[in-house]
Amino acid sequence: MIDVLYFAWVRERIGLPRERIDTNAATVNDLIAELSAREERYAVAFSDLSSLRVALDQELSDFDAPLAGVREIAFFPPMTGG
Amino acid sequence: MRICVQSDPFDMGAEANRFTQSATGAGAIVTFTGITRDSAAGDLAVMEIEHYPGMTERALNEIATQAMTRWQLTDCLVIHRHGRLAPTDPIMMVATAARHRADAFAAAEFLMDYLKSRAPFWKKEIAKSGTAWVAARDEDEAALKRW
Repeated sequence: MIDVLYFAWVRERIGLPRERIDTNAATVNDLIAELSAREERYAVAFSDLSSLRVALDQELSDFDAPLAGVREIAFFPPMTGG
Repeated sequence: MRICVQSDPFDMGAEANRFTQSATGAGAIVTFTGITRDSAAGDLAVMEIEHYPGMTERALNEIATQAMTRWQLTDCLVIHRHGRLAPTDPIMMVATAARHRADAFAAAEFLMDYLKSRAPFWKKEIAKSGTAWVAARDEDEAALKRW
């Protein structure tokens, strides 16, 4: 089980802020493929990975990173702090 | 070092005074305040700032700790708001204290550059003409390369 969080327009496109997913995905890319195959709204949200960032257990990471041991994954657009 | 992530407004003058009063050993203080900019059309009603609770505090702590190690700072302060803000409302503030001004200026710029692109905040402009997420700027990402 992994907690998946969505922020900003990713949250709006998917339609929820977080969900708990039972998955065997080995990497972030695998999880994205799994979600995108599940429903159109995911496919739309994940259609352009260059406009997305991913954090694993609250640390910025990469799409090819492994998910072993990860409890929380978050998808969001590039940050606009300051 | 103090990090505050809050929805409440803050008083930049009071914060700067408090920071200065406890700046033992420093000879220079630099403060920067970012305020809510109006939309290009000048019709911004609200700026909504979303953040990632937990990761935000962690990222800000990491950035501030880096600033403290890279420059000779005696102290630093980061305040960042989330929630709904009106035009000209202060969004965030950084303050740095050092023995000499060069360190205080450089560290404040470093903090700002990193806050822009590495702290998990997202801004949404709600204007009369429509609603839009503020897009990250390539210049902001490029600015990180100088450090």
